Formats: sequence, structure tokens, C-alpha cells
Amino acid sequence: MSFAEVFIQAIPKLLNGLLVTFYMTAFAAIFGLVFGTILCVWRVYANRLVSLVSTGFIELIRGTPMLVQLFILYYGLPVYGIRLSPLIAALIGFTMNSAAYQAEYIRGAIHSIGSGQMRAALAIGMGKWQAVRSIILPQALRLVIPAWTNEFIYLLKYTSMAYIIGAPEMMAQAKFIASRNFEFFKVYLITAFIYLTVVWIASFFFSWLERKLRIPGTVVGER
Amino acid sequence: MNQQPVLKIVDLRKKYGTTEILKGVSLELKKGETKVIIGPSGTGKSTLLLCINRLVEPDSGKVFLEGEEITPKNVHRMRQKIGFVFQDFNLFNHLTALDNVRIGLIKVQKIRKAEATEIAMEQLKKVGLADKAHLYPSQLSGGQKQRVAIARALATRPKVILFDEPTSALDPELIGEVLSVMVDLAKSGMTMLVVTHELGFARSVADEIVFMENGVIVEQGTPSEIFTNPKTERTRQFLRRLTELYGEERK
Amino acid sequence: MKLIVESLPVLLKGTLVTIELTLAGLTLGLVIAIPVSFFQVYGARVPRLVCSIYERTFRSIPLLVLLMLIFYGLPEVGIKLEPFFACVLGLGLRSSAYQSQIFRGAILSVGKGQSVAALSLGMTRFQVFRHIVFPQALRFSIVPWTNELTIVLKDSSMAYALGVVELLRQGSYIIARTYEPMLIFLLCAAIYLALTIFANRILGFVEKKLRIPGFETREVVH
Repeated sequence: MSFAEVFIQAIPKLLNGLLVTFYMTAFAAIFGLVFGTILCVWRVYANRLVSLVSTGFIELIRGTPMLVQLFILYYGLPVYGIRLSPLIAALIGFTMNSAAYQAEYIRGAIHSIGSGQMRAALAIGMGKWQAVRSIILPQALRLVIPAWTNEFIYLLKYTSMAYIIGAPEMMAQAKFIASRNFEFFKVYLITAFIYLTVVWIASFFFSWLERKLRIPGTVVGER
Repeated sequence: MNQQPVLKIVDLRKKYGTTEILKGVSLELKKGETKVIIGPSGTGKSTLLLCINRLVEPDSGKVFLEGEEITPKNVHRMRQKIGFVFQDFNLFNHLTALDNVRIGLIKVQKIRKAEATEIAMEQLKKVGLADKAHLYPSQLSGGQKQRVAIARALATRPKVILFDEPTSALDPELIGEVLSVMVDLAKSGMTMLVVTHELGFARSVADEIVFMENGVIVEQGTPSEIFTNPKTERTRQFLRRLTELYGEERK
Repeated sequence: MKLIVESLPVLLKGTLVTIELTLAGLTLGLVIAIPVSFFQVYGARVPRLVCSIYERTFRSIPLLVLLMLIFYGLPEVGIKLEPFFACVLGLGLRSSAYQSQIFRGAILSVGKGQSVAALSLGMTRFQVFRHIVFPQALRFSIVPWTNELTIVLKDSSMAYALGVVELLRQGSYIIARTYEPMLIFLLCAAIYLALTIFANRILGFVEKKLRIPGFETREVVH
């Protein structure tokens, strides 16, 4: 088969897979931010026990491969009667994983804000949680935007792992097509090219967005 | 006049690890009084201020505001009555000058936004920055930042304001504008406790000067007593060194 | 418990392969990354452009796609690699992109004033690099490089997909016999965790050894 033939044959399925890839990435990046924020606030500000538990969770996730986490969710949980579809297992896995990493980005941002902000908030009579909510987090979340966009792009690439447990994203589609027409090289090359394009577009888009969103008085620096 | 002190500090002590920063400090401020604390760096002046409203938890000792003891339980309520001005301003970076001043009113005292804005603008006017209300901290000079910080401290109508070396982080040419706001404040009858190296300010505004060293109060008295006739040799040495460093006086 | 004792030797055999993959991939990455980062900082326009396209490309393609391309795709153009070597090549190519980014960043974060001052002493450009820029850049790269090491370590698990009998593959073989997926995968996770902690410790030690007072190489100070 010529390259063009393979391309025409493969592209509809690949783009279908790309949609799933996108969907998983966006889900994990957004919910990862939500849970990551909670984990980080617990780690930094909660009482010792809660802080220890969230620190343990974060380090456990960051210290082990994503693939192992997916296997535990997909192959391990059925031992306890919890059966997840490949897609659900992947969504949970990527979200948990991203939450742990994002918690650390946010923690970095909180440290760079410095303890003076907390002190000043307490000095005008705010409670600790109120200070976290209205002084610390608004600044930290703004500082974390570049890290978040990086995380989005990471996820875009790492979601390809979901194919190993059988989630129907782009990589799985590529494997499916290639195992039928035996044009491995061409199909994977096209897949690589699509990833490349999507990642580049995403990084250009995000750096444009960051410039747009820059608010005077907030340093949106590189991390 | 046998008036109850606005702020009364009784035997405050604080250790960091094994180093004793405060070794039992007692102090009183009457209404409308301005006291200036001077002394070498690292002798616990800042820690003393931070311990007063429990931004740093003291090991022992008591602090009373208008006769009511400040405890971990009531500290949030009490902090609203104690203004604090930091050396490095600590303006909230993500908020405009106006928002910095009114956030305490809105979030802590639950005052309606319109009213809070009015109060905040009034305070900004007082420090001469009404026209900068919508700028962010990064768009202000150091002196302007500190004046906004003073307005923020004033907004909640505190009974006393604590100043922790408010001009130490400023370029020399910006110190004057902050000091003049503080002078006006003292004259208007605000009760103030000021840690500073600005002897000119101390001499012209302070009702009393407190010399602290190594976690204790070495000597206190009126400016003329301290400057012209200090009782201890240590005070004399310190003042001499300071005048050498900072020059005689600054308007 | 008995199962743990029985499967541990097998898993450790897999662990050894994981470590081999990691070290080989990392080394290949290092060998490529040094010239690439050099060309990007000091090179003429064309090599600089080529190198940054190289870096961007291999950072943008998912490792798994790269592995598939190498293992299943390359034979069609006549290059047939063992799964292990295919994996090392994939890990190495991708890591080289990230490592060159690390070194480039480290070199650039040594302030220009340092080079100017050194040149003003009469040093040659090589001497400037050797005595002034390199010692500082080295320290800047330790933390991100450690990070890269643990990433390669964790991502070596993707060799599973090519059938390399590393830690995770050994684990799944045991599971095929014993039907204890939870226990075995948790055991694998524990081994990975131990390895990443160990790696962080060693490089933390190196970092401490090389530390210069007042020379802050970490952005986030805890």
C-alpha cells in the first residue's frame, strides 16, 4: 500500500481515537487540578494526620509508574469485586496521577508566594482557611498556570498508555489498524505525526493564552 | 491621669530551639501614645511585635488589649483591633490597592461592599494614594506600597498599630513619604508601637523610647532622656553607632 | 505471605532488567544530549535550528508511539531490533530531548555577567566554559536530572508493551499462574517506589556534596 492509501484508510479511525485522547486528557487535567488543589492544601495546612496521609498519597503516586497504577485499577480491583471498564479505569488512573503531580506544582507556587502573605492575612483578622481561600489560592493557582498547561501536554502524550489496558484512544486505534493491514511503519508514523502536530498546536495555544491572561501584579513566570 | 492602658504586655517569653529571643518583656501603651523600640538587629524586636497578636506563638506571658487578654481563642477578633505594618509590606499581590485595603472589611468584618469601598477610599486618601487605588502592588513604588499597607492596617479601625521596621526595606529617597504619614497618624492620636532605626522620627514623635537588647528592655524614657542623657553605657554606644550609620536626623 | 516470598526472587530478576533499561536509556540519552545542548547554546544558526527541531520532536511524541515505531515499524525498512534494544533506543531518544533541555537551561541560567567577568580576566572561551560556566551549570542540572532519572525509571515499564521481561512483565507472568493481580502489582509498585526513593537519595547526597553556600540551585525552597 502506498502512503496515501494507508493515510486515507487510517485517518478516520485515528481521529476518532484522538477525540477519546482529548477527552481523557481534559478530564484528567481538570479534575486533577481540583483534587490536586485539595491534596496540596491538606498537605500544607491541615493537621498532622491529614497532612501525612495526603503526603503519603502524593509520594506514592509520584514514585510509581502510571502503568502500574492502571494495572492495579484495571486488573487488581476486580479481586475485590470492583470491575471497571478500560475507559473508566484509565480516567480514574490519569486523574489520580495528575492530581498528585499538580498538588506538588501548587505547593511549589505556595512556597514561592512566601509566608508573608499568610501573616498579613492573619494580621487583619482572617482565619487560616479564609486566608488560604481568598489570599493564598488565588495567587497560587495563577502562578501554576504554566505548570498546568505543561501537565495538559504531558497527559496528552501519556494517555497513549491507556491502550495497554484497552481503552479506545488513538494509540489503540493505530494498533488495531496496523494489525489488520500490516503497515506498521506507516500507521505509527502517521500516529506520531498527529501527536506531534497536536502537541505543538497545544503548546502554541497555551503560550498565547498565558500571554492573554497575564494580569498586572501577578508574575506568571516559568517554573 | 489614671487611665487603663490600650495595650499591656506582661512578661512575654519566646525561645526558638535553644536560643531565647524574648526573655520576659513587659510594656504598656496608653491611649494616643507612640512608643518607639530601638535596638540592634536580632534582639527580638520583631518577634515581640509578632508575639503581641500571636502571629508567632509566645511561650509564656500575657498581652491585654483594652483590658481583655488575647488568647488563641479570641485572636482573630483581637487581630482586627490591632493593625500590623510589615517591613516588607506583604501587600496581597493579586489584589489592587483598593482591594488590599477593603478585603479585611469585606471578608473579615462582613461589611457591605459599597460601604467598605467608601471606608477604604477614605483611608487611601489619608495616605495620599486615592489616585492609585486601582493599581496592583507591582505597579507601585516601595513607599507607595507601604502607604497602602498602612491604609490597610487603618481600615479596620484598630485600637493600636504595630509597625515592624516599616522603612527598612525602602530606598532612602522613599523613606520620607512613609514617615510623614506615620507622623500625621501619631499626631491624630493613634496609639502606635514602632520598631525602627529612624532616630529623627523617634526624637520628634515618640512619647517614649524603649531600648531593647538581647531579648530584654535595657532602658526606657522620653526622647530627651534617652538621647541626651542615657542611663546605660550600652544605650549610649548603640546611639552613637546608629548616628554614624544613618546620619544625625532626617526630616 | 508465602506468595510474596516465592515471587520476590522472580520480581527482582525483572527489577534487574528494569534497572538495565533505565541506565542504558539514560546513558544513551546523555551521550546524545550533551552535543545537542551544546549546539543549541553555542552553535551556528543551522545546527542550532536542527537541534531544537530534534529536541521538540522527541519531546512531543509519546514514548509508547516511539517504541511501536521502532519495534514494529523499523523492520519494514530493514532495521530489526531485539525488544530490549528497541526499548533502550526509544527511552534514550526521548530522554536525550529532555536532557538536552535540562543542560541548555542550566547553561543559560549561569548569568551572562559570569562569562563577561571571566573574559575580562583574559580567559579563552573554552576556559570560561570549563572553569566558570560548567561548574555552576552542573549544579543547576542535578535536581532536574534526578527528576529525569526517575521518569526514565518509571517509563521503562512501557517496555512491557514490547514484551521485554522487565519488572512489570515478570509480575504479569506470576499473576497468570497465581491469579493474585492486586498483591503482585502492589509488590511491583513497592519495588518501583523503593527504586525512585533510592535514586533520589543518591542524587540528594551528590547535591549536598557539591553544595556551595548561598548558591541556590533549587527554585522551590522548602
